[in-house]
Amino acid sequence: MKKFVWLLTLILVSSVVLSACGAPAAQPPAATSAPTQAPATQAPTEAATQAPATQAATEAPAAAVFRVAVVMPSAKNDLAFSQSMYDALTRVQQEMGKDKFDFVFSENMFVVDDAAAAIRDYASQGYNLIIAHGSQYGSSLQEIAPDFPKTSFAWGTTVDTFGQPNIFAYEAASQEGGFVNGVMAATLSKSNVIGVVGPIETGDAKLYIDGFKAGALSVKPNAKVNINYIGSFSDTALAAEAAQTHISAGADVLTGSAQMVAGAIGKAKDNNVLWFGTQSNQTSLAPSIVVASQVYHWEGILKQMISLIQSGTLGGKTFTANLANGGEVIEFNPDSTVAGDAKALAETTIKGITDGTIKITLP
Amino acid sequence: MISDLFSVTVLIGILASGIRLATPYLYAAIGETFGQRSGVLNLGVEGQMLLGAFAAFYVTHTTGNLWLGVLTAMLVGALMGLAMAYVTVNLRAQQGISGIGFYLFGLGMSDLLFQKLLGSVETVQGFPKIYFPVLSKIPGIGEIFFNHNILVYGAYLLVPISWFVLNKTTLGLKIRSVGENPDAADSLGVNVARIRYFTIILGGTLSGIAGASLSTALLNVFQQNMTSGQGFIAVALVYFGAWRPVGVLGGALLFSLINSLQLWVQVLNIPIPSEIAVMMPYVLTILVLVVTVSRVRAPAALTKPFEREN
Repeated sequence: MKKFVWLLTLILVSSVVLSACGAPAAQPPAATSAPTQAPATQAPTEAATQAPATQAATEAPAAAVFRVAVVMPSAKNDLAFSQSMYDALTRVQQEMGKDKFDFVFSENMFVVDDAAAAIRDYASQGYNLIIAHGSQYGSSLQEIAPDFPKTSFAWGTTVDTFGQPNIFAYEAASQEGGFVNGVMAATLSKSNVIGVVGPIETGDAKLYIDGFKAGALSVKPNAKVNINYIGSFSDTALAAEAAQTHISAGADVLTGSAQMVAGAIGKAKDNNVLWFGTQSNQTSLAPSIVVASQVYHWEGILKQMISLIQSGTLGGKTFTANLANGGEVIEFNPDSTVAGDAKALAETTIKGITDGTIKITLP
Repeated sequence: MISDLFSVTVLIGILASGIRLATPYLYAAIGETFGQRSGVLNLGVEGQMLLGAFAAFYVTHTTGNLWLGVLTAMLVGALMGLAMAYVTVNLRAQQGISGIGFYLFGLGMSDLLFQKLLGSVETVQGFPKIYFPVLSKIPGIGEIFFNHNILVYGAYLLVPISWFVLNKTTLGLKIRSVGENPDAADSLGVNVARIRYFTIILGGTLSGIAGASLSTALLNVFQQNMTSGQGFIAVALVYFGAWRPVGVLGGALLFSLINSLQLWVQVLNIPIPSEIAVMMPYVLTILVLVVTVSRVRAPAALTKPFEREN
């Protein structure tokens, strides 16, 4: 359904763009026929490469409302990566007011080609900031951004702005929250076996899991932290079975990263095994077993980008969300009865990471 | 490290989770077997599963009645099947392409309904495990075979039933003849269109249950695209199983057991890269496919629309 809608939009947009490109090409010869100085060949090529129609659109609405468009790989309510950005944009909007800040989004853009088309569409519609929320969108952005020098782009999680003046990069120091969760998990584990359900061994999932393991082992060096990468961001069934496998292997505390962990959380709930979340607050899915979640609060970074853009800097900077700058927050489940000592320990750990007394060494 | 794999706990774990994982594949692939034996390739299984999964989840979530949820999933699957049958039998559309169309419809529609009706990832209380007196208590055996919910047992029960229907009943004979030689079947008074309508609707119904088994029995959540390709694996398993329910059972079990084995390989810290581990089920399935299927012939009329002569 969404695909068809996109296809339709794509056809519509491309036809609009094509006709826009066609129009100026047709005009100059008519104009040049009167004043004979202007070389007829130069005007059309300039029109084609610069696409003046889209540039004009970029400038017009900028003054009134700050408009953001975001492209996300999964659903805005995935309780994970995409939701973290959606929630952050919502909070920025609440703060700035709907008359000052507006945002639109394309979700489930798992196919990078579709995402690239969406990014280009948003750029030509004159949004102030276009966020490509997924490291897979990098190469598309590298291609598109130079065509829209007056539009600002951001992508994450990464540190690479490709040296372009209109690209921001953002990342999350997920190992920090992972470390805190790991400390709590090891403290609460009675069997000293902890299970981790990961997607693909890359990006913030890998950082989180490596940090989690380091945190757990810092409390209990003899604990077993079993890690399972299921090779997919969407296979809910396999994530559930991975959780079941961890439980059969003796794990009494679980964690996991990415949106397919909903299946794993379900299994943890069925077996009354504790769960630590990351990316978004996952308490609502299983209030009885979720102890805490590391939540990405991108709004600080977003606000910095917005003020930079408003003062004329369109990119070239890299931002990191971490515990110290409030980009990452450990959100405890208020109804969890088990936290107790672990919560106090978590708070000292957070303090240690923030003031630099705890150094996390990753493999 | 490798020797850890052969401990009793691990073997029990592998077998039990293999049996569970095979459930949705069994429903979907046996449904597909009926369709293909009558000459219709339905690539829309994935879409039917997704809509079935959502229907079952939504109805269970709002009414709390699990069986009503499964029934709705069956109905939704059957309706998808009806539409597929109309397109392939009456309109004689190319089956592969229309199947992909139905897949995309199911993918988008289930997502749209999810966004509009639920809006966020929720959980339900799914089908409970059935407790068998004495049997569930047997060490090992009990955990492997007698520690599952009703939809898991239903999937395995389906294998002998579908074998019986396909091989021992007049209906089965008609289905097979329509798939092998629809012209001959037609001349003998078999209503080709009606048989194909029946098998495709049956396939849709079973795909609906396959989806329901995920969202209300095995995972108890609904997420966009939660089947993530299982419907297509189910279609492959029909080829793998050489269009026979028992073969499909073998394929589904092999695929699922290797999948649960690879989960254990990682949990036990056996030093195989996770990328290689997750590839194992697919690689082995392809290998077995190459070795076995070359000896078996597909139904002769598979993917061919039937047009009555004269």
